Amino acid sequence: MKPSTQDQSTSEARVVSSNGRAKWEAASAKAKLRDANFTTISGSELKPVYGPEDAEFDYDTDLGHPGQFPFTRGVHPTMYRGRLWTMRQFAGFGTAAQTNERFKFLLDHGQTGLSVAFDFPTLMGYDSDQPHSLGEVGQVGVAISSLEDMEILMGGIPMDRVSTSMTINGPAPILLAFYIACGENQGIDPAKLRGTVQNDILKEYQAQHAWLVPAEPALRMITDAMSYCAEHVPQWNTISISGYHIREAGSTAAQELAFTLANGMEYVAHGVAAGMDVDEFAPRLSFFFDSHLDFFEEICKFRAARRIWARKMRDVFGAKDPKSWMIRFHTQTAGVSLTAQQPENNIVRTAMEAMAAVLGGTQSLHTNSMDETLSLPTEKAVKIALRTQQIIAEETEVAHVADPLAGSYFVEAQTDRLEAEAEKYFEEIERRGGVVACTEAGYIQREIHHSAVTYQRAIESGAKKVVGVNTYVEGKDAKPEIDIHRIDPEVEREQCARLASLRERRDAQAAKSALDGVRAACKDGSNLLERFVTAAHAYCTLGEITEVLREEFGEYKEPKIL
Amino acid sequence: MSKRKIKVLVAKPGLDGHDRGAKTVATVLRDQGMEVVYTGLHQTPEMIAEVALQEDVDVVGLSILSGAHMSLFPRIREELKARGMGHVLLTGGGIIPVEDMETLHSQGFAKLFGPGTNTVEIAEWIQAEVEKLWSEEGAKQ
Repeated sequence: MKPSTQDQSTSEARVVSSNGRAKWEAASAKAKLRDANFTTISGSELKPVYGPEDAEFDYDTDLGHPGQFPFTRGVHPTMYRGRLWTMRQFAGFGTAAQTNERFKFLLDHGQTGLSVAFDFPTLMGYDSDQPHSLGEVGQVGVAISSLEDMEILMGGIPMDRVSTSMTINGPAPILLAFYIACGENQGIDPAKLRGTVQNDILKEYQAQHAWLVPAEPALRMITDAMSYCAEHVPQWNTISISGYHIREAGSTAAQELAFTLANGMEYVAHGVAAGMDVDEFAPRLSFFFDSHLDFFEEICKFRAARRIWARKMRDVFGAKDPKSWMIRFHTQTAGVSLTAQQPENNIVRTAMEAMAAVLGGTQSLHTNSMDETLSLPTEKAVKIALRTQQIIAEETEVAHVADPLAGSYFVEAQTDRLEAEAEKYFEEIERRGGVVACTEAGYIQREIHHSAVTYQRAIESGAKKVVGVNTYVEGKDAKPEIDIHRIDPEVEREQCARLASLRERRDAQAAKSALDGVRAACKDGSNLLERFVTAAHAYCTLGEITEVLREEFGEYKEPKIL
Repeated sequence: MSKRKIKVLVAKPGLDGHDRGAKTVATVLRDQGMEVVYTGLHQTPEMIAEVALQEDVDVVGLSILSGAHMSLFPRIREELKARGMGHVLLTGGGIIPVEDMETLHSQGFAKLFGPGTNTVEIAEWIQAEVEKLWSEEGAKQ
């Protein structure tokens, strides 16, 4: 085609399209609209339609093919054609033996990875028999107070073949040490262990609130875990930088994106400051996001996350290994989107959130159970949640094509919008002295709180609808007809009795000298994870180890934000 | 009608870190003209009762999503009574099965609220209940 002809046809096309636009504007100005709030779930205004003028991108620099910088379209060249996402249901309750049974149930039903939910005492670093633990043992997760509990938890499960994710933060390196020691006792070389420890203390201070020591020693323990694992447990993801809890605490999609990635950059900066080469640990960083109900906003959030991280890692931190540029993430559907009213509707909500996570290119996925606003899930509810993922994977045919929504004017415009909003927060955080300063001053917590209150008001004013809560409501105080999973109080007695017996049975001298080793490392700066592994083997309990840490480092104090 | 401000303690007992609900309710109660004290996280029953006494509150609202309510709520009630604060309007909310709400109600707890509750309705309920308590007190004097 001659250039002049091409110019002519392009300009004709423009005339036609601007005519079309003018006509559309005239028609839409006259159209009668429903009385509804046309914003995203995060409150961002939406246009009635998106066109080429809304999404200007350079394919190679802004999108790239899947598996190519900046990974907007996914981290693998063929995405789910090579391997489906890992179906990983978060589970844990009662004693280690009960959770071990649930794990085997999930593995038998086709789950491909484990994910451990710990109870509050474990999350806070207390043993089951400490006064703070009363009434909480085994309630929201499994109680793990020592290597012995970990051995029961993983009993009969081949630790060299199953990858395990552990949601624990304040005492994360200690639970990781229990896991490493447990593997060693099963005869498995730590180099063969695969899994993730959440280990993201910044978001604990900001949103989830199960903390231990103040930021500085906490960040040191994280750096210790990164360097120890780089050497001894190379297939382990040493941190899962989590937006999930930030979102669940009430943030918008853009805040989830911004605060999570800002936290991620803080950990990278700490690793570099501790003398590590960024490419030595960055490939082992993993992420964890929420998938909420706003279908397109969530998909765009995942795409924006990949692009922002790739650019920051390459251009700001100078990482050279492409693996350091890639965000690999786990996703969980939004617990906060579930309703106690008409709980079966939650199956539908979860299915749509799971679909968004898959279209957004997640590496692994947890789907919530319909009964989780009432109690821990029953076996039946968990099975439906797992089957939801299997239906998406096997029946809907969505997993055959990578990033199928790329190039959509709307999707690219929202991806750009979320990236721009995150960048604004990065600047604001920088201006306020960085993530740690912003957290200690309560700035991030306050931003999240304001969004939570704004959303609650939108529901109460009817601007945002929730089926069963403010629209299509059935018998207001009706009791939901659904089974409840209850934790037997016997669990607490059983757990305390086993701990007491462990303290009798173990080599007291070995336990004492291992604890002295932990104390010495707190003071001299040598690697703490190494000492935790020794203490695990000596059957020191979680509470004994954290007591040393609390004595040496003090306890974190939350800033007053209200 | 008394112009006295209703004073509410919003408290988070136990190790539970879920504070979205507690902080949202605290903010709404404050917007509705009440004086609100928020304890922050990880409070023992003794700590909560002590603050209730020191601040001389009219209402104690507990928020819990950890499943430990059947252990912690009755202990908080005992600690309040031990400090001569048995008269406060004792309420709360969170993930609490309906059967447990009924048991706690029979033990002297006022209404407990579950997920999906309208926060303004909570404020109006507190307003009405406290005014009832105050008028009963007034009648006795």
